[in-house]
Formats: sequence, C-alpha cells, structure tokens
Amino acid sequence: MVKMTESTYRIQGGTGEWEVVIGLEVHAQITSKSKLFSGASTEFGAEPNTQVSLVDAAMPGMLPTLNAECVRQAVRTGLAINAQINKYSRFDRKNYFYADLPQGYQISQLYHPIVGEGVIQISLDEKDPDAHGKAIGVERIHIEQDAGKLMHDQHPTMSYVDLNRCGVALMEIVSKPDMTSPKEAAAYVRKLRSILRYVGSCDGNMEQGSMRADVNVSVRKPGGELGTRTETKNVNSMRFIQAVIEYEAQRQVDLIEDGGTVVQETRLFDPDRNETRSMRSKEDAHDYRYFPDPDLLPLELEDDFIFDCKASLPELPDEKRARYKNVLGLSAYNAAVLTAEHETALWFEQLLDTSDEPEKIASSAANWVTSELFGALNRLGVGIENSPVSPAQAAELLGLVADGTISGKIAKQVFEIMLETGDGAKKIVEEQGLVQESDTGAIEKVIAEVMAANEDKVAQYRDGKDKLFGFFVGQTMKAMQGKANPQVVNELLKKILG
Amino acid sequence: MSIDKETVKKIASLSRIAITDAEADAFVPELNQILGWVEQLGEVDCSKVEPMTAVIPNKLRLRDDVVTDGEIRDKILANAPIADHGFFAVPKVIE
Amino acid sequence: MTEIYDLGIAGIRSGIADGDFTAREVAETFNARVSAAKPLNAFLVETPEHALAAADATDKARAAGETLGKMAGVPIGMKDLFCTQGVETTAASGILKGFVPQYESTVSANLFQAGAGMLGKLNLDQFAMGSSNETSAFGNVISPWRRNDGGNSDLTPGGSSGGSAAVVSGRIAPAATGTDTGGSIRQPAAFTGITGFKPTYGRCSRWGTIAFASSLDQAGPMAHDVRDCAIMLEAMAGFDAKDSTSLDLPVPDWEAALNSNLAGKKIGIPKEYRVENMPAEIDALWQKGIEMLKDAGAHIVDVSLPHTKYALPAYYIIAPAEASSNLSRYDGVRYGLRDLPDGAGLQDMYAATREAGFGPEVKRRIMIGTYVLSAGYYDAYYTQAQKVRTLISQDFDKAWKSCDLLLAPTAPSAAFGLGEKMDDPLAMYLNDVFTVPSSLAGLPAMSVPAGLDGKGLPLGLQIIGKALDEQSVFNAGLAIEERAGFVAKPEQWW
Repeated sequence: MVKMTESTYRIQGGTGEWEVVIGLEVHAQITSKSKLFSGASTEFGAEPNTQVSLVDAAMPGMLPTLNAECVRQAVRTGLAINAQINKYSRFDRKNYFYADLPQGYQISQLYHPIVGEGVIQISLDEKDPDAHGKAIGVERIHIEQDAGKLMHDQHPTMSYVDLNRCGVALMEIVSKPDMTSPKEAAAYVRKLRSILRYVGSCDGNMEQGSMRADVNVSVRKPGGELGTRTETKNVNSMRFIQAVIEYEAQRQVDLIEDGGTVVQETRLFDPDRNETRSMRSKEDAHDYRYFPDPDLLPLELEDDFIFDCKASLPELPDEKRARYKNVLGLSAYNAAVLTAEHETALWFEQLLDTSDEPEKIASSAANWVTSELFGALNRLGVGIENSPVSPAQAAELLGLVADGTISGKIAKQVFEIMLETGDGAKKIVEEQGLVQESDTGAIEKVIAEVMAANEDKVAQYRDGKDKLFGFFVGQTMKAMQGKANPQVVNELLKKILG
Repeated sequence: MSIDKETVKKIASLSRIAITDAEADAFVPELNQILGWVEQLGEVDCSKVEPMTAVIPNKLRLRDDVVTDGEIRDKILANAPIADHGFFAVPKVIE
Repeated sequence: MTEIYDLGIAGIRSGIADGDFTAREVAETFNARVSAAKPLNAFLVETPEHALAAADATDKARAAGETLGKMAGVPIGMKDLFCTQGVETTAASGILKGFVPQYESTVSANLFQAGAGMLGKLNLDQFAMGSSNETSAFGNVISPWRRNDGGNSDLTPGGSSGGSAAVVSGRIAPAATGTDTGGSIRQPAAFTGITGFKPTYGRCSRWGTIAFASSLDQAGPMAHDVRDCAIMLEAMAGFDAKDSTSLDLPVPDWEAALNSNLAGKKIGIPKEYRVENMPAEIDALWQKGIEMLKDAGAHIVDVSLPHTKYALPAYYIIAPAEASSNLSRYDGVRYGLRDLPDGAGLQDMYAATREAGFGPEVKRRIMIGTYVLSAGYYDAYYTQAQKVRTLISQDFDKAWKSCDLLLAPTAPSAAFGLGEKMDDPLAMYLNDVFTVPSSLAGLPAMSVPAGLDGKGLPLGLQIIGKALDEQSVFNAGLAIEERAGFVAKPEQWW
C-alpha cells in the first residue's frame, strides 16, 4: 500500500512504514558535432559503422584527443546549476569487457570530475512551483564516452555491433540521494532536462537515448540508517523512472520483511512486465580498475574560459519564471508553464517583442498562449517550435482583439482559420467580413427592426418582464451575424427599451 | 600481500584470459615473487608526494568541434573476423 | 672500397648526392642482405618493393634537381610495433596475426615523407614486453654476434627492439626504428654494438604505434653512429595533434649542431648505479667512459639519485598496469585472432581468444597489471608507484643542479645466451636497471658502443640528459664515439 500525503511517500509494510531514498545518475548526451575524443560525426540514425573513426574502433595505436565543445558544454551546465567548476580535472579509464566497448575501457572521470557540487530546485506543484519547492543536491558532473550498440535480433546465433554511438560525449550528472518519492524523481529529471535544454548542452531527447538514468533506490525506516541500494540501469523515460522506484521500493520492503537482505547489484527494467530484474554476469561490476588515462594529460581550465562560459548562458528557467511573475505580472501558473520549456518561453517572448509595451499585453498574451495556442498544438500533436502560427501572426490576432476590431469569440474563429490556411488574422477578418460592428447608428437601426417585429415582447418587457432583455440581445446579435460589439448592443438596448 | 590460487583465477577472469588449474598453480609462486619484490616500494615515505601525472610538463590541448573523420566503414571492418551487413558480428549476447 | 651495406644514413646520403651510386642500388643491396639473413629471424615481413619504390622516387627527385629529404634513399627496418598501411603489423603477437592496418603510424609516415624506404617489419619481444626478444610469437631473433670462445651458441640481440638491433649490427639495414619503454632501444643497442637513442617523452608521436605502456613508450632511432641517430630522429620527431602527449615544439637541427667539444659541460656519475655484483668489465668500461669525457673537456662530478633502487619495482607496477588496460582492445571482435570454442558466449570468446593469442610474458604482465589496479590494491601499488616515480623524477631535477648530463652503463652485462634467463622473469627484469629510471622521468638517453668484453661482445655506455636537451646527449655520445674507436662488427656466419 502506498500512501501519498503532500510531501511524504511511504511504503506501508507489515512492520510499519518505510521511507524510500532515491539518487539518480543521469547520462545526458552533450550536443556536439563530433565525438568526445575523435572527429567522427555524432549525427543520429546513420548507416551502421559509418560514423566511426579508427580511434572509435580502438584500432592498435589510436589515441584520444579532447573535443573543446564538450568541455565547454559541461562547464556551462555546471554553472547553470551553480556548481563548483573544477579548474583541474582528469580522465580515468574504467576497465571492463563488452562488445560495445572497443577499447576495453571507457574514458570517464572518477577521481577528478570537471564539475563538483551544485543544486537543482524542483517542485511537486507545477501550478505554483514556489509553494512546494525542494532543493536536490548534485554531487558532481563528469564527462565520459558513450558505448556502441548491440543488436540481438538480426541473426539467430550472432549479435551485431554498431559503433556509431561509440565515443559520443556524455555528461553524467550524479544527484545526491535527496529524493524520497517517484514524483520527486520525475520532477528532478523534468527540471534537469529543462535546464539542459535552456543551456543547449543536451537536446533532452529521451526516445533517442540522449538522456537516460541509472536509478539508485534503497529503503529504510523513516529517519533510520540508509539501506543497501540497487542500481537500475539505463531507464529512458520519466514514466519508467517512476515505475522502477515504485517496483524496487516495494520489492526491497517485501524482501527485508520476509527476512532477506537487499544485495547491492545492478538491475535492468523490463517495461513489458513493469518490473526490474538482476543483470546476469555482472560479477566484475565492482572492479573497474579505474586509473588515470595515460594517453591524456590533466585538463586545466583558465579563468577566462570559465568566464566566457558563464557569459554565454541564457536566462535560466528559475530566473525567467521569477521575472515573468514579478516584472510581467503573470500568474504563478502562467509563469511556470511558459518557462518550463525553453522553446515556449522563446516563443512567448517573441510575441511580447512585437509590442512597445510588453508588460501591457503580457497577461492577455500569456492567457492566450496557455489556453488557445496550447490547446491547438495539443490537438495537432506538434511542439511549439513547429507551431503553424508564428509569434508575429499571434500578435496580429491579439492586436485585433485589443483594439476592439473583433470580439474574443470571433478571435477563436479567426485563429481556427489561421491554423488551417496559414493566412494572417487581418486578411481573414477582412475577407470574411468579421469586423466587429460598433457603429451605434447601424446597431440602433437593427434594434429598431427587432423591436418592430416583436412589439408584444417590448410591451411585456416594459411591463416588468426583465428577463426578456437577453432575448433582445440575442435577436440583435443574430440579425448582425454575431459581429456587433456586444457591449455596445447592451448599452443601446438598455437606453432604447428604457 | 600474498596471493593464492583463487586470487589468480579471479585476476585471470578479470583479465579475460582462460587458464587451466595447472596454469593457475604455476602462476601463484611466479606472481608472488614479482609482487613480493615490487612491495619494497612500501618502504618509501610518500606522505608528502603527489603521484606523477605528466612526466614532461605539458598542457592538454583541446580539439575544435569539427567532423573530420568517419565514413570509412570499409577500413573499419577490413580486419574483422566476421562482418555482416556493415556490422561486426559476435556470438549472441543474452542480456 | 667500402661496400654499400657498410654505410649508414650519412654515408648513403652523400653517396647518392655525389652520384657514387643510385638509391635503387642501395635498395637492391639491402633487399639482398635481407633475403640472405633469414637465419637471424629478424624480419617478420619483408617489403622489398617498398624499399625500391622509395629509392626510385629519390632517384627521380635527384634527377629533377629537387631537394632531397633527410632520409632520401635510405632503406630502413621498421620495428613491427609501428602500424604500416597495407603491411601486416602484429607486435610479434599471435593475437594480431593477419592484422593489416588501414593507416600509417605518424613516425613511419614522417620517415617515408623524409624519403626513407622500408625493407620490412622487424621482429621484437611480443608487444615490446621483454629484454631478449624471446617473447616473440614468431620465434626469437638471433644476434649476429657470437662469443669468441668458439662455442657458437646463439645469443640474444637484446629486447625489445631485438630485430632492429640485429639488422643494423649485421649490416642488413643501415638503420632501423625502435621503441623504448624501459630500455628497449638502449639495451639491444648496447648488446649489438650500435647506437640507439630514446628522445624526451613526447618528441615522437605515439599515434599508430602499438601501445605497451603509454606514459613511457617513446620511438627512437637505432643506427650505426651518433650522426645517423641525429639525422633519423630529426625525421621521426615532431609535433602531432593526434597525440595528446606530443610536445608542441619545433624539431631542432641536431645534426648541424653536433659538437664533441664538451668544455664547460659537467657530467654526473650517479653513485647508486654502482650496483652490487656489477661485472668488473662493466665497471672498467664506465671508468673508461669517464676518462673519454674528461678528455673531451667535460668536468666530472659525483651525484646521487637516491631513489634509483625503487625505479625497477615502480616500473614493474606502472608499465603492466597501463599495459593491462592498453591490451584490452585485443578481444577478437574487430581485428586479429578470434578463438570461438563451440557454444561459447561473448565473454568465453574473449577469454579463449586472449588465452590463445597472448604469449606467457604478455599474460604475466596483464595479470600483474590487473592485480595492482584491482579494488583494494590500487593505492598501495599503483598510486604508490606513481608517487615514487615523482621522487625519481625529482632526483634527476636535483642532479641537474650540479651537472648537465649523466654517464652510466647501459646494461649490467653483455648479451646473454638465448634461453639463459627465460625461466626467471625477475632476473630478466633486472636487465633494465640502468635504463628504467630515465624512462620513468621521460628523459632523453642514448647508448653508444664503447668496447668489447672478454668474450668479444659489445658493451655500451649510456648518456642521460635533461628533458628536451637531446643535443647535449648527442654531443657527449659523439665525444665517446670518437674516442672509443669502436669498429668491431659481427662476422657474417648466417
């Protein structure tokens, strides 16, 4: 039984409540054109073994040379989470044998990582992040090589090896065991992904494997000593991460309560069965024989380099959200939703940029984006970066509402046509004659016609049947095909009916 | 630190070198002799010494992020014991 | 008249320039010497057509009046640790049998660029692990030298660059490439009466050279004399962006600056190199060397390198540790040997392949390296060894305060008989006692032949210099060479 209160997640066991302790090691592919230690391309989806250099294939005598961009992106990422940047770092070899690892070792950073401790602010309440925030510690970020890929289903007795991914740069972002529920873990990954995408150091594409997590889970009695943890490798979706935690926590509680002990081991998640299982033959896993790679020298960073990295950072989600709330006056909800994804914020800001006084249109624009635009994109199944309506087109539409040319109701109609045809709002409004009628003379003329046609109702109204007012509004609007300014219609009817 | 046959077998397994029982027996005195000899390093007081990193002072250079390599699959696969459909092939791995 | 095959690099160069003979004649001469030298088992692959093609290019360039490269028309032997495009490269190991590199190592490419041709790939200790050439998977090299006791027993040419030493001393190649990790150029040079030079770590690119121990491996020339070594090293060395440990420095014109006048130079004699049980002949040779350097104008000072005795044990932790990892790539997946027993899985295939492909010494070193890096032992062994390495390097730094160069024997004995030390790995390791400390410190060092022992076998003296000061090492070597008057050559018995 899982009991979820506002901030605590507990497993109810036979011996009482259990607390779950979660740490995540997120592997994020660094956005770069070429690999970490070779000049081969990192492009996704190429023919097998075409994006492989002699270095990646670990031919005899081949040597690594370090990609500057990967270093820069790791440092920028560290700065984005306010982490310590280590001016001295080293590369170590992690030795193990596998067919996707041609060198027989992965070049990583164990003893001296490039980035030290930092922190990521998460929230369990997306609508008001400040209300339920929590700081999750980041232990370190280090740079390492990705492995190649094995394919098992192409041949009855053989596995195939494709080294295209081999040597692509990864950042391993290691959290502290600060998370205590599946939701917190998901919130952490969501926030980390958002930061990486803002920084531009990783595209965050979990389906293509650009981001995946090793999930460390242990259980303990609340406040007690840390339990033995298991590590479930290579979990590649937010949903699976939560499923792993739920399954592992329950499994460990059941195991302990049945008198067993949790073994520190590496496990795999099976999405089909929604369970984790122990990985076979990982007896060497804890003896990687790390030592400094003698083919590489220590990496020493200059102050200027770090300064330039810092200067190149964009406004980050937390700062942006605060600005949207405090300067633009957006609601907590709108500020949170608009800043969660960098593309959304950029789109929104382009929309604001069309105005000389962005603060004035910010609230209405925010409401429109979060309701109308998001609704439409959702229906179309596209991201904001592929929105069929551009920020400038949206600004034109909102401008027509603001200056009274069209009503909010008509605006929805115009927006639908914009999505279908790609035409501008003004063009649509003009061509389809959707301009709002605010001319009192024209409206009075119609009102007179309506009253003439309904003399009995006029008499009833004047005798005190107030609720007939709506009837006259409706008739007038209908006669004007909905284009009359409803406010003007109301005012005039009140005056004429008396 | 004297090593026994079990340790020899464990090292051989970590090294991915198949050894027979007899070979493991033979390695025990041999490795012990060598390890016993190198252990004299323990005599040296290194409490204030940093381990060597770069033997000749030198700085790690950074490479520009440019694609300069790849598209040489024929060369990559030229020496493969078995290559199939552009892949290296190995005995089936069960995960 | 001197036979062409008696000429070294400088002699061939001037002969071609003067029109005494063509490069093609030179190549043909040495190709014939190579074919006739099979009993020495020095070559793993012969490439006569490569030597001829380079020679023809040189002759054509000369006819066209072009400036010739430093090595133009010189056919050399290539230690089979350098990957050569299209030519089988095995590091003398069964695990690389049949491996044909699709690339050219930087060092061999530099030499070819300078006009050198290649006579073939030279035998060596498997993966350069050995001091006698007996660990080769393709049989040991037999030294051209024999003791003057009439016993005709086969001797080692030293190792690991044993093939290189054998062919240069036997006048089968005018020069050859070597690599030195703990003495693998200098010791075989000393054993065979030739000159061998290990430059400062980082002078020669390691790209395309099969790695043994990355932080120690350095390529260098093995040739008749000091001048030839200077010429050849100029051609081999140079900055290479593909090797992160390559030194980004111009290559000096060492040949032009050769000068055997050592006035003002201080030569240190490290007292710790006077090891127990050192043969009297070696000690006497060392004394002779001191006198020769004095005669060249140098001042002799006693120096101390207090951590010398720890150099060998530190080396035999660091080198195997690096090797255990460097050799992990030989797994039967992408190239070389694959041994796949019936029904074997991937990990079984690795173990079977590596069992079948590696020789006993390579396995021994991989096992030691794996052990010293393994959980719980890393600090006690590896970290401690790297700290001791720092102390050894600091010993040299301190010595340089009172001297410019060091003089020592190259090896503790003359060449020994094949099979004499194979049963005792430790005794074999002790061969490197004088060469390993400078390797650990990355310093330039050379061996020059300085005399014969009582059995008529060559003995070498070693000069060690400051980092990047190859010039002083060459100059002191030249001073010894001029005074030692070493002209002995092995009788051709093969």
